[in-house]
Amino acid sequence: MRKVYVAGIGATKIREHWEVSLRELLVKAAQKAIEDSNIEKKKIQAAFIGNMSSGVLQGQEHLGSLFATWMGIPGIAASKVEAACASGGAAFHSAYLAVASGMYDCVIALGVEKMSDALTGDVTAALIMADDQDYVAFTGASFVGLNALVYRAYMKKYGAKQEDIALFAVHDHKYAVNNELAQFRREFSLEDVLKSPLIADPIRLLECAPTGDGAAAVVLCSEEYLKEANNEVKIEVAASTLATDILSLHDRDDLTTLQATVRAAEKAYKMAKISPSDVDVLEVHDAFTILGVIHLEDLGFAKKGEGWKLVKEGEIELGGKIPTNLMGGLKARGHPVGATGIYQIYDAVTQLKGEAGKNQVDDAEVALAQNVGGVGGTVSINIFRRVR
Amino acid sequence: MVKANSIPRVWRERTIKYRLIGGKCKKCGKSFYPFRRICPRCGSEEIEEVHLPREGKLLYYTVIRAPPSDFEEYAPYVVGIVELKDGTRVLAQITDVVEDQLEEGVDVEAVFRKYREQGKEGIIEYGIKFRPKT
Amino acid sequence: MKTSRQVGIVGYGAYVPIYRIKNQEIARVWGKSTWPIKEKSVPGLDEDSLTMAYEASYNAVKRAQIPPEEIEAVYVGSESPPYAVKPSATVIAEALGITPRLIAIDMEFACRAGTTALQSVIGLVGSGMIKYGLAVGTDTAQGRPGDALEFTAAAGAAAFIVGKGEEALAEIEATYSYVTDTPDFWRREGQKYPRHGGRFTGDPAYFKHIVEAARGLMSEAGLAPQDFDYVVFHQPNLKFPLRVAKRLGFSKEQVSAGLLSGIIGNTYAAASMIGLAAVLDKAKPGERILVVSFGSGAGSDAISLVTTELLEQKRSLAPLVESYINRRIYVDYATYAKFRGKIMR
Repeated sequence: MRKVYVAGIGATKIREHWEVSLRELLVKAAQKAIEDSNIEKKKIQAAFIGNMSSGVLQGQEHLGSLFATWMGIPGIAASKVEAACASGGAAFHSAYLAVASGMYDCVIALGVEKMSDALTGDVTAALIMADDQDYVAFTGASFVGLNALVYRAYMKKYGAKQEDIALFAVHDHKYAVNNELAQFRREFSLEDVLKSPLIADPIRLLECAPTGDGAAAVVLCSEEYLKEANNEVKIEVAASTLATDILSLHDRDDLTTLQATVRAAEKAYKMAKISPSDVDVLEVHDAFTILGVIHLEDLGFAKKGEGWKLVKEGEIELGGKIPTNLMGGLKARGHPVGATGIYQIYDAVTQLKGEAGKNQVDDAEVALAQNVGGVGGTVSINIFRRVR
Repeated sequence: MVKANSIPRVWRERTIKYRLIGGKCKKCGKSFYPFRRICPRCGSEEIEEVHLPREGKLLYYTVIRAPPSDFEEYAPYVVGIVELKDGTRVLAQITDVVEDQLEEGVDVEAVFRKYREQGKEGIIEYGIKFRPKT
Repeated sequence: MKTSRQVGIVGYGAYVPIYRIKNQEIARVWGKSTWPIKEKSVPGLDEDSLTMAYEASYNAVKRAQIPPEEIEAVYVGSESPPYAVKPSATVIAEALGITPRLIAIDMEFACRAGTTALQSVIGLVGSGMIKYGLAVGTDTAQGRPGDALEFTAAAGAAAFIVGKGEEALAEIEATYSYVTDTPDFWRREGQKYPRHGGRFTGDPAYFKHIVEAARGLMSEAGLAPQDFDYVVFHQPNLKFPLRVAKRLGFSKEQVSAGLLSGIIGNTYAAASMIGLAAVLDKAKPGERILVVSFGSGAGSDAISLVTTELLEQKRSLAPLVESYINRRIYVDYATYAKFRGKIMR
C-alpha cells in the first residue's frame, strides 16, 4: 500500500437548499474541492459518492454516472457507496483504497444528501431503513427511538444525568457560530436544550442533529500527483478503517458501547501508529448527544461511563484535552446523512491546514474523524496527519 | 411517500411475526429473534428453530412522538427492548400502557396486535407486542 | 336440536380490552342527563375484532390443554371484521399454529354470529367429522356519535373449543335456534355506522326471538327455568336481559353471574359468550347453564350446558373474565374518538 494524500476539499453550506438539486450540490462541492487541490478536473480517474437515501427521498439512483455527466467528466469510474449515515466515511474509505492500491492516482470522494424535499415523516421512515426493515422498522421504532434506548441504557448503567449528556449539544452550537458552512450558527443554553420538545423519550429536539441538504468532496491522490498540485500544506491519510457490528440493538449484549467504533479505532490507531493522546482534533458522529458522549469513550478518550465528564469539565473545548467537533459537529454544523462523513473530513482537514479561523487548534497535526452508520452497525474512522 | 412495505414481504414473515419464532445457536447457546439461519454472534450455521417464551421483562423503552410516516396515526406509542425468560432480547411495541406511567423492569407478556395498515385500502400487518403482566 | 354423540366445551377463553369510557363522559359530550350503563370497554388503536378473537382463542387453547394443530375448524362470528373481504379466521389460525389442515370461516349475523359459530362447530364435532373445533364471537362495535348505541357499543371476544363429551368441562345438552326476517338493526355495505329501528328493536325483535328460542329449547329438552343454575342472555344494555329473564320465569340470581353489560357494555357477537365464560369462571361441577343469544335481522340461539368435574381444574389455566374487567384505563371522549377512528385524519 502506498501513501495517500488529501489534495483538496470542498463543501456547500448545509441548509435547506430549496433552489439547488442533488446533482447541482454534488457539482458545487466537487468544483470547490478540485479548485482547492490545484489538480485539473480531467486528471480525476474515479469518484466514490457517499449517499444514503437518494432513492427513497429523491427517486434518484445511479449517482456515479449522474455525477460524471453533470461534472463533465464522463468516462471515469464512478459509483455510489452506501452505509447509512456512514456512507460518506465509507465512500472515503473506498477512495483511499483506490489510490493506496495503486489502481488510481487521483480520485474524488463525495458525500451528498438532499433531505428537505421530503416531508418529515417520510424522512423518519427513510432513516429507519438503516436498521432491519423487515423487523425493526416494522415495530414502528424511529431512528431517534433506537438511540433513545441507548440513552436509557447508558443512564441506567452509569447513573449519568441527562443534563450532563445534553451539554454536548450546547458545545456544538457554541462552535458552529464561527463556521460559515454550518446549518445553525447560533448558541443554545442547556435550559433551551432540556426544554425543547420530546422526540423519543428521553431525547429532545435540540439533542438531535437536524436534517438538511449538503454535499462535500475530497480529492485524494498519490505522492506523485501531490507534487503537481503543489499544496502549501501536505495532508496525509494516516489511517482509514471501516468496521461493522451486529446491526440491531436487541441482538447486542451491551447497548452502551459501539463495538464497531472500538474495532475501527483499534485498527486505525495501529495503522497511523498513534495513540488517542496523539490526536489534536477530533470529529465525532454526535447524531444525538448521547452518541457524542459514548464515542469519546469508545475512541479511548474517556473511561466507559465518564465521557460526559470530559464535556462537563471543558476538555472537548478549544484548549481542552481533546478539542472535539470544533466546527459544530453533526448537531450544529448539520447532518445531511450520507454527506456527513465527508463534512467531518472537511472540518478535520480544515484544522490541519490551519484554516479554521476562530476555532483553530494551535498547530494541529493529527485529526481523527469518526462516522457512524445506523446505531453503530457501521463505523468509519479516518485519521489525517499534517506532514512537515 | 416512502413505501418500504409490500404484500409478499408481510406474508413471508407471518409465522415468525405471529408466533415469536426465534433461533437458538447450538454452538454458542445464544438465542435470538427473529429466526435466521446463521448465528449473528458466532457465525455458526447450526441453528435450531425455537418458540420463544411469551413472558419477560422490559429492559428499556422510549415513547415515539415523531413516528415514521406509516405509523403517524398511532403516535404516541411505546417501543422497548424486552428480555424474555430465556434471555432472548426482542424489540417490540409495548401496548396497553399510559406512556408516562411505564417503568423499566416491569414484567411483560406477549400479545397479538395490529402494527400498521398499508394505507386505508391496503393490508393490515399484525405481530407480537408486549403488555405489562397482570 | 341434539348431536348424535355427546360433545362439550373442552376449553374456553374471553377477552376484554383494557380501555373504558364512562357513560357519564359520553353524556357530557352530547348533553344527555341520563345513561343506560356505567361504562363500556374501548379497543385500543392496535386492536380489532381479529386481535381480540386471537387472545380469547389463545386462552381457550390454554384451558383445553390440547396441541393447537388438533383443532380442525375455526369459526369466527363478528359484525366488525377488519376486512370486508378476507377472513379473520385464517389469521387467527395462523397465529395459533393451526393451519393448514383446517375448516376456517368467518360468519356474520349481527350479535348472534358467535353462538351460531359455536353451534356449527358443535355439529362438526357431534357428527364425528372433526376432533376439535374452535368457535369465536368477537366485535369492536361501532355506535354513531351521539346515538343511543354509542353509550353501549363496546368491544370484547370469547372463544370456545368443542370436543368429545368425556373431555368436556361442560357438556352440550341441547341447542335450539329461532330466526325470522326482522329488520330491527342493520348496516348497509360501505356504511361505517349501523342503523336501528329505535323501539322496534324491543318486542318484535329482542324479546320475541329470545323468548321463542328459550321456550323452544326447554320444551324440546323437557326442562323448566328452575332446572337451570344460571342463565345468560344477549345483553345490549342492563334492562333488556333482566326483563326477558322475568318474562321467561328466571330469577335475578340466575341472571346476575353472566350479566356484564353494565360494566363492559354491549360486546355484540361476544356478549352472551363472555357472559357464559364468566359463568364458567364461577360454576360448580354438575350445574346447568342456559345461554340465549340474539342477533338483529333476526335470530336467537339457545344452548343448554351442564358443567363437569373437569371445570375447576381447567379454570385457572387462563385469565378469568374478572381479571380482564379489573384491568382498566379510563379514557376521555377525545381519546375514545381517536381510538375508534371517529376523528378524520
